[in-house]
Amino acid sequence: MPSKQELLDLQFIDARHMLINLAAFLDRIDRHPGPDDYRFTALKNAIPILLEQGPDRAKAILESFSDQHPNIDTSAPFQGASGAARPEN
Amino acid sequence: MVSRTTDDYEKLALAGCEALCEPAFWAGFDRSSTDGFFDYFRQLTEYEPKRAAKFGIKHFSWLCINPKEADDPGFAREVMSLIPQFLDRPTVLGIGEIGLNKNTRNELAIFEEHVQLALDRDLPILIHTPHLEDKLKGTRLILESLASFSKLDRGKVIIDHVEEHTIAQVLDSGYWAGMTLYPESKCTPNRAIDMLEIYGTERLWMNSACDWGHSDPLSVPRCALEMKRRQHTAEQIERVIYQNPLEFLSQSPKFSL
Ligand SMILES: [Zn+2]
Repeated sequence: MPSKQELLDLQFIDARHMLINLAAFLDRIDRHPGPDDYRFTALKNAIPILLEQGPDRAKAILESFSDQHPNIDTSAPFQGASGAARPEN
Repeated sequence: MVSRTTDDYEKLALAGCEALCEPAFWAGFDRSSTDGFFDYFRQLTEYEPKRAAKFGIKHFSWLCINPKEADDPGFAREVMSLIPQFLDRPTVLGIGEIGLNKNTRNELAIFEEHVQLALDRDLPILIHTPHLEDKLKGTRLILESLASFSKLDRGKVIIDHVEEHTIAQVLDSGYWAGMTLYPESKCTPNRAIDMLEIYGTERLWMNSACDWGHSDPLSVPRCALEMKRRQHTAEQIERVIYQNPLEFLSQSPKFSL
Protein backbone atom coordinates (compact mmCIF):
# COMPACT_ATOMS: atom_id res chain seq x y z
CA MET A 1 0.00 0.00 0.00
CA PRO A 2 1.48 3.40 -0.95
CA SER A 3 2.27 5.95 1.77
CA LYS A 4 0.51 9.31 2.07
CA GLN A 5 3.55 10.93 0.44
CA GLU A 6 3.53 8.51 -2.47
CA LEU A 7 -0.18 9.06 -3.08
CA LEU A 8 0.29 12.82 -2.88
CA ASP A 9 3.10 12.56 -5.41
CA LEU A 10 0.72 10.70 -7.70
CA GLN A 11 -2.49 12.64 -7.20
CA PHE A 12 -2.05 16.01 -5.45
CA ILE A 13 -1.87 18.06 -8.64
CA ASP A 14 -5.04 16.38 -9.92
CA ALA A 15 -6.95 17.02 -6.65
CA ARG A 16 -5.76 20.64 -6.61
CA HIS A 17 -6.89 21.01 -10.21
CA MET A 18 -10.38 19.63 -9.38
CA LEU A 19 -10.75 21.95 -6.38
CA ILE A 20 -9.78 25.07 -8.34
CA ASN A 21 -12.17 24.01 -11.10
CA LEU A 22 -14.97 23.75 -8.53
CA ALA A 23 -14.12 27.19 -7.09
CA ALA A 24 -14.15 28.69 -10.58
CA PHE A 25 -17.50 27.02 -11.28
CA LEU A 26 -19.03 28.57 -8.14
CA ASP A 27 -17.68 31.99 -9.19
CA ARG A 28 -19.03 31.50 -12.72
CA ILE A 29 -22.55 30.62 -11.60
CA ASP A 30 -22.61 33.58 -9.17
CA ARG A 31 -21.46 35.93 -11.92
CA HIS A 32 -24.17 34.95 -14.40
CA PRO A 33 -27.83 36.01 -14.32
CA GLY A 34 -30.82 33.79 -13.55
CA PRO A 35 -32.91 32.44 -10.67
CA ASP A 36 -31.68 30.09 -7.95
CA ASP A 37 -31.45 26.46 -8.99
CA TYR A 38 -31.86 23.35 -6.81
CA ARG A 39 -28.72 21.79 -8.32
CA PHE A 40 -26.53 24.71 -7.27
CA THR A 41 -28.06 24.63 -3.79
CA ALA A 42 -27.37 20.89 -3.58
CA LEU A 43 -23.76 21.45 -4.63
CA LYS A 44 -23.20 24.13 -1.98
CA ASN A 45 -24.88 21.94 0.66
CA ALA A 46 -22.41 19.15 -0.14
CA ILE A 47 -19.26 21.24 0.11
CA PRO A 48 -19.05 21.38 3.96
CA ILE A 49 -18.91 17.56 3.94
CA LEU A 50 -15.42 17.88 2.43
CA LEU A 51 -14.12 19.29 5.71
CA GLU A 52 -15.68 16.65 7.94
CA GLN A 53 -13.33 14.11 9.53
CA GLY A 54 -13.92 10.43 8.88
CA PRO A 55 -13.57 7.83 6.15
CA ASP A 56 -16.91 8.26 4.36
CA ARG A 57 -16.90 11.70 2.73
CA ALA A 58 -17.54 10.40 -0.80
CA LYS A 59 -20.44 8.30 0.49
CA ALA A 60 -21.89 11.23 2.44
CA ILE A 61 -21.70 13.52 -0.59
CA LEU A 62 -23.40 10.92 -2.79
CA GLU A 63 -26.14 10.56 -0.16
CA SER A 64 -26.58 14.32 0.02
CA PHE A 65 -27.36 14.41 -3.72
CA SER A 66 -29.72 11.39 -3.50
CA ASP A 67 -33.49 11.36 -3.81
CA GLN A 68 -34.58 10.47 -0.27
CA HIS A 69 -38.34 10.87 -0.79
CA PRO A 70 -40.18 7.70 0.29
CA ASN A 71 -42.98 7.99 -2.32
CA ILE A 72 -42.97 5.66 -5.33
CA ASP A 73 -44.78 6.89 -8.44
CA THR A 74 -46.67 4.43 -10.62
CA SER A 75 -45.09 5.92 -13.75
CA ALA A 76 -42.19 8.34 -14.14
CA PRO A 77 -43.30 11.99 -14.25
CA PHE A 78 -40.15 12.74 -16.27
CA GLN A 79 -37.18 10.81 -17.65
CA GLY A 80 -33.51 11.46 -17.07
CA ALA A 81 -31.54 12.41 -13.98
CA SER A 82 -29.92 15.75 -13.18
CA GLY A 83 -27.55 14.66 -10.42
CA ALA A 84 -29.48 16.28 -7.55
CA ALA A 85 -32.91 15.44 -6.15
CA ARG A 86 -35.62 17.86 -7.28
CA PRO A 87 -37.16 19.62 -4.29
CA GLU A 88 -40.74 19.13 -5.55
CA ASN A 89 -40.38 15.34 -5.77
CA MET B 1 -21.05 -3.68 -28.62
CA VAL B 2 -23.89 -2.14 -30.57
CA SER B 3 -22.92 1.41 -29.57
CA ARG B 4 -19.32 0.95 -30.71
CA THR B 5 -17.33 0.84 -33.90
CA THR B 6 -15.31 -2.17 -35.01
CA ASP B 7 -12.15 -0.22 -34.11
CA ASP B 8 -13.14 -0.53 -30.46
CA TYR B 9 -13.12 -4.33 -30.72
CA GLU B 10 -9.61 -4.09 -32.12
CA LYS B 11 -8.51 -1.81 -29.27
CA LEU B 12 -9.92 -4.27 -26.74
CA ALA B 13 -8.12 -7.15 -28.41
CA LEU B 14 -4.86 -5.19 -28.35
CA ALA B 15 -5.40 -4.56 -24.63
CA GLY B 16 -5.64 -8.31 -24.01
CA CYS B 17 -9.41 -8.70 -23.77
CA GLU B 18 -10.45 -12.34 -24.27
CA ALA B 19 -14.20 -12.07 -23.82
CA LEU B 20 -16.88 -9.54 -23.15
CA CYS B 21 -20.49 -9.66 -22.11
CA GLU B 22 -22.98 -7.11 -23.35
CA PRO B 23 -26.33 -6.49 -21.66
CA ALA B 24 -29.49 -5.57 -23.52
CA PHE B 25 -29.87 -1.87 -22.76
CA TRP B 26 -31.19 1.45 -23.93
CA ALA B 27 -30.35 2.29 -27.56
CA GLY B 28 -29.98 6.03 -26.98
CA PHE B 29 -33.63 6.43 -28.02
CA ASP B 30 -36.89 4.68 -27.14
CA ARG B 31 -37.76 1.98 -29.69
CA SER B 32 -41.17 2.49 -31.24
CA SER B 33 -42.23 -1.13 -31.62
CA THR B 34 -41.55 -4.67 -30.46
CA ASP B 35 -40.06 -5.32 -33.91
CA GLY B 36 -37.25 -2.94 -32.95
CA PHE B 37 -36.44 -5.20 -30.01
CA PHE B 38 -36.69 -8.37 -32.09
CA ASP B 39 -34.01 -7.02 -34.42
CA TYR B 40 -31.96 -5.79 -31.46
CA PHE B 41 -31.96 -9.27 -29.91
CA ARG B 42 -30.83 -10.68 -33.27
CA GLN B 43 -28.05 -8.09 -33.39
CA LEU B 44 -26.91 -9.06 -29.87
CA THR B 45 -27.02 -12.80 -30.49
CA GLU B 46 -25.99 -13.09 -34.16
CA TYR B 47 -24.10 -10.09 -35.46
CA GLU B 48 -22.06 -8.89 -32.47
CA PRO B 49 -20.55 -12.34 -31.69
CA LYS B 50 -19.33 -12.47 -35.32
CA ARG B 51 -17.95 -8.93 -35.18
CA ALA B 52 -16.06 -9.70 -31.95
CA ALA B 53 -14.79 -13.05 -33.25
CA LYS B 54 -12.86 -11.26 -36.01
CA PHE B 55 -10.57 -9.99 -33.24
CA GLY B 56 -10.43 -13.22 -31.25
CA ILE B 57 -12.87 -11.92 -28.64
CA LYS B 58 -15.72 -14.10 -27.41
CA HIS B 59 -18.95 -12.15 -27.18
CA PHE B 60 -21.74 -13.06 -24.77
CA SER B 61 -25.01 -11.27 -24.07
CA TRP B 62 -27.77 -10.77 -21.52
CA LEU B 63 -31.36 -10.26 -22.68
CA CYS B 64 -34.30 -8.27 -21.30
CA ILE B 65 -36.20 -5.06 -21.83
CA ASN B 66 -34.11 -2.48 -20.04
CA PRO B 67 -35.73 -0.48 -17.21
CA LYS B 68 -35.61 2.81 -19.11
CA GLU B 69 -38.09 1.40 -21.64
CA ALA B 70 -40.05 -0.68 -19.11
CA ASP B 71 -42.26 2.05 -17.64
CA ASP B 72 -45.10 1.04 -20.01
CA PRO B 73 -45.96 -2.44 -18.68
CA GLY B 74 -48.10 -3.45 -21.68
CA PHE B 75 -45.31 -2.71 -24.12
CA ALA B 76 -42.69 -4.23 -21.82
CA ARG B 77 -44.63 -7.51 -21.59
CA GLU B 78 -44.91 -7.68 -25.39
CA VAL B 79 -41.13 -7.33 -25.62
CA MET B 80 -40.65 -9.90 -22.86
CA SER B 81 -42.72 -12.39 -24.83
CA LEU B 82 -39.99 -12.30 -27.52
CA ILE B 83 -37.18 -13.21 -25.13
CA PRO B 84 -37.70 -16.97 -24.52
CA GLN B 85 -37.05 -17.84 -28.18
CA PHE B 86 -33.58 -16.23 -27.87
CA LEU B 87 -32.57 -17.66 -24.48
CA ASP B 88 -31.33 -20.97 -25.87
CA ARG B 89 -28.95 -19.29 -28.29
CA PRO B 90 -25.34 -20.33 -27.61
CA THR B 91 -23.99 -16.98 -26.39
CA VAL B 92 -26.90 -15.81 -24.19
CA LEU B 93 -25.82 -16.01 -20.54
CA GLY B 94 -28.88 -14.81 -18.68
CA ILE B 95 -31.32 -12.00 -17.98
CA GLY B 96 -30.09 -8.38 -17.91
CA GLU B 97 -29.61 -5.62 -17.51
CA ILE B 98 -32.90 -5.43 -15.67
CA GLY B 99 -33.47 -3.09 -12.76
CA LEU B 100 -34.88 0.35 -12.19
CA ASN B 101 -34.42 3.71 -13.90
CA LYS B 102 -36.81 6.23 -12.30
CA ASN B 103 -37.85 3.92 -9.46
CA THR B 104 -41.50 3.51 -10.45
CA ARG B 105 -44.02 0.80 -9.60
CA ASN B 106 -44.30 -0.04 -13.31
CA GLU B 107 -40.54 -0.57 -13.59
CA LEU B 108 -40.59 -2.64 -10.41
CA ALA B 109 -43.36 -4.93 -11.73
CA ILE B 110 -41.41 -5.63 -14.95
CA PHE B 111 -38.20 -6.12 -12.96
CA GLU B 112 -39.90 -8.80 -10.84
CA GLU B 113 -41.31 -10.57 -13.90
CA HIS B 114 -37.79 -10.74 -15.34
CA VAL B 115 -36.43 -12.15 -12.06
CA GLN B 116 -39.13 -14.82 -12.17
CA LEU B 117 -38.22 -15.65 -15.78
CA ALA B 118 -34.57 -16.10 -14.74
CA LEU B 119 -35.58 -18.26 -11.77
CA ASP B 120 -37.83 -20.44 -13.91
CA ARG B 121 -34.87 -21.16 -16.22
CA ASP B 122 -32.11 -21.11 -13.60
CA LEU B 123 -30.26 -18.25 -15.32
CA PRO B 124 -27.85 -15.72 -13.83
CA ILE B 125 -29.10 -12.13 -13.54
CA LEU B 126 -27.39 -8.81 -14.28
CA ILE B 127 -29.03 -5.84 -12.55
CA HIS B 128 -28.71 -2.16 -13.46
CA THR B 129 -29.05 0.34 -10.62
CA PRO B 130 -30.23 3.83 -11.53
CA HIS B 131 -27.76 6.64 -11.99
CA LEU B 132 -27.08 9.81 -10.06
CA GLU B 133 -29.74 10.96 -7.58
CA ASP B 134 -31.91 7.89 -8.21
CA LYS B 135 -29.28 5.26 -7.35
CA LEU B 136 -29.65 5.10 -3.57
CA LYS B 137 -33.43 4.72 -3.53
CA GLY B 138 -33.37 2.39 -6.56
CA THR B 139 -30.77 0.10 -5.03
CA ARG B 140 -32.81 -0.15 -1.82
CA LEU B 141 -35.98 -0.95 -3.78
CA ILE B 142 -34.16 -3.61 -5.82
CA LEU B 143 -32.72 -5.25 -2.68
CA GLU B 144 -36.16 -5.23 -0.98
CA SER B 145 -37.74 -6.75 -4.07
CA LEU B 146 -35.07 -9.47 -4.46
CA ALA B 147 -35.49 -10.41 -0.79
CA SER B 148 -39.04 -11.52 -1.59
CA PHE B 149 -37.72 -14.24 -3.96
CA SER B 150 -36.95 -16.97 -1.45
CA LYS B 151 -35.56 -19.40 -4.06
CA LEU B 152 -33.07 -16.90 -5.51
CA ASP B 153 -29.39 -17.93 -5.39
CA ARG B 154 -27.78 -14.58 -4.57
CA GLY B 155 -24.43 -15.81 -5.85
CA LYS B 156 -25.91 -15.89 -9.37
CA VAL B 157 -26.96 -12.23 -9.25
CA ILE B 158 -24.68 -9.26 -9.96
CA ILE B 159 -25.90 -5.80 -9.02
CA ASP B 160 -24.10 -3.33 -11.24
CA HIS B 161 -23.05 0.33 -11.11
CA VAL B 162 -22.49 0.34 -7.33
CA GLU B 163 -20.87 3.42 -5.82
CA GLU B 164 -19.64 4.34 -2.35
CA HIS B 165 -23.19 4.79 -0.99
CA THR B 166 -24.59 1.47 -2.28
CA ILE B 167 -21.75 -1.07 -2.36
CA ALA B 168 -21.95 -2.17 1.28
CA GLN B 169 -25.68 -2.96 1.11
CA VAL B 170 -25.16 -5.07 -2.01
CA LEU B 171 -22.18 -7.06 -0.73
CA ASP B 172 -23.63 -7.49 2.78
CA SER B 173 -26.77 -8.99 1.21
CA GLY B 174 -24.69 -11.69 -0.49
CA TYR B 175 -24.88 -10.50 -4.10
CA TRP B 176 -22.03 -9.81 -6.49
CA ALA B 177 -21.36 -6.12 -7.08
CA GLY B 178 -20.18 -4.45 -10.28
CA MET B 179 -18.36 -1.13 -10.46
CA THR B 180 -18.93 0.51 -13.83
CA LEU B 181 -16.11 2.82 -14.86
CA TYR B 182 -16.67 6.08 -16.69
CA PRO B 183 -14.21 8.72 -17.89
CA GLU B 184 -16.34 11.36 -16.15
CA SER B 185 -19.66 11.94 -14.33
CA LYS B 186 -19.82 8.58 -12.51
CA CYS B 187 -17.42 6.04 -10.92
CA THR B 188 -13.78 6.66 -11.89
CA PRO B 189 -10.90 4.16 -11.77
CA ASN B 190 -9.46 5.76 -8.63
CA ARG B 191 -12.77 5.56 -6.77
CA ALA B 192 -13.20 1.93 -7.83
CA ILE B 193 -9.71 1.16 -6.51
CA ASP B 194 -10.63 2.87 -3.22
CA MET B 195 -13.64 0.54 -2.95
CA LEU B 196 -11.46 -2.49 -3.71
CA GLU B 197 -9.05 -1.44 -0.96
CA ILE B 198 -11.89 -0.97 1.53
CA TYR B 199 -14.18 -3.90 0.68
CA GLY B 200 -11.73 -6.46 -0.71
CA THR B 201 -12.04 -8.43 -3.91
CA GLU B 202 -14.67 -11.00 -2.90
CA ARG B 203 -17.74 -10.92 -5.22
CA LEU B 204 -16.62 -7.64 -6.78
CA TRP B 205 -15.78 -6.85 -10.37
CA MET B 206 -15.27 -3.85 -12.64
CA ASN B 207 -16.64 -3.16 -16.09
CA SER B 208 -16.21 -0.46 -18.71
CA ALA B 209 -19.25 1.65 -19.54
CA CYS B 210 -19.75 1.30 -23.30
CA ASP B 211 -22.97 3.19 -23.79
CA TRP B 212 -24.18 6.10 -25.91
CA GLY B 213 -22.80 8.68 -23.52
CA HIS B 214 -19.17 9.63 -22.99
CA SER B 215 -17.63 6.24 -22.18
CA ASP B 216 -14.52 4.21 -22.88
CA PRO B 217 -14.26 0.45 -23.59
CA LEU B 218 -10.68 0.58 -22.29
CA SER B 219 -11.73 1.75 -18.82
CA VAL B 220 -10.93 -1.62 -17.23
CA PRO B 221 -7.34 -1.83 -18.60
CA ARG B 222 -6.87 1.84 -17.65
CA CYS B 223 -8.00 0.99 -14.14
CA ALA B 224 -5.60 -1.96 -14.07
CA LEU B 225 -2.79 0.46 -14.92
CA GLU B 226 -3.91 2.78 -12.13
CA MET B 227 -3.96 -0.18 -9.71
CA LYS B 228 -0.36 -0.87 -10.65
CA ARG B 229 0.55 2.79 -10.00
CA ARG B 230 -1.10 2.42 -6.60
CA GLN B 231 1.10 -0.61 -5.88
CA HIS B 232 -1.48 -3.36 -6.27
CA THR B 233 0.27 -6.59 -7.20
CA ALA B 234 -0.14 -8.38 -10.53
CA GLU B 235 -2.03 -11.12 -8.65
CA GLN B 236 -4.47 -8.62 -7.12
CA ILE B 237 -5.10 -7.02 -10.51
CA GLU B 238 -5.57 -10.39 -12.20
CA ARG B 239 -8.05 -11.43 -9.52
CA VAL B 240 -10.31 -8.43 -10.10
CA ILE B 241 -10.17 -8.01 -13.85
CA TYR B 242 -9.94 -11.68 -14.85
CA GLN B 243 -10.58 -14.32 -12.17
CA ASN B 244 -13.67 -12.70 -10.64
CA PRO B 245 -15.56 -12.23 -13.92
CA LEU B 246 -14.52 -15.77 -14.87
CA GLU B 247 -15.88 -17.13 -11.58
CA PHE B 248 -19.21 -15.35 -11.86
CA LEU B 249 -19.79 -15.92 -15.57
CA SER B 250 -18.79 -19.58 -15.40
CA GLN B 251 -22.03 -20.16 -13.52
CA SER B 252 -23.58 -20.12 -16.97
CA PRO B 253 -22.83 -23.43 -18.74
CA LYS B 254 -22.58 -21.47 -21.99
CA PHE B 255 -19.63 -19.37 -20.83
CA SER B 256 -16.17 -20.57 -21.77
CA LEU B 257 -12.93 -18.95 -22.87
ZN1 LIG C 1 -26.82 -0.14 -16.64
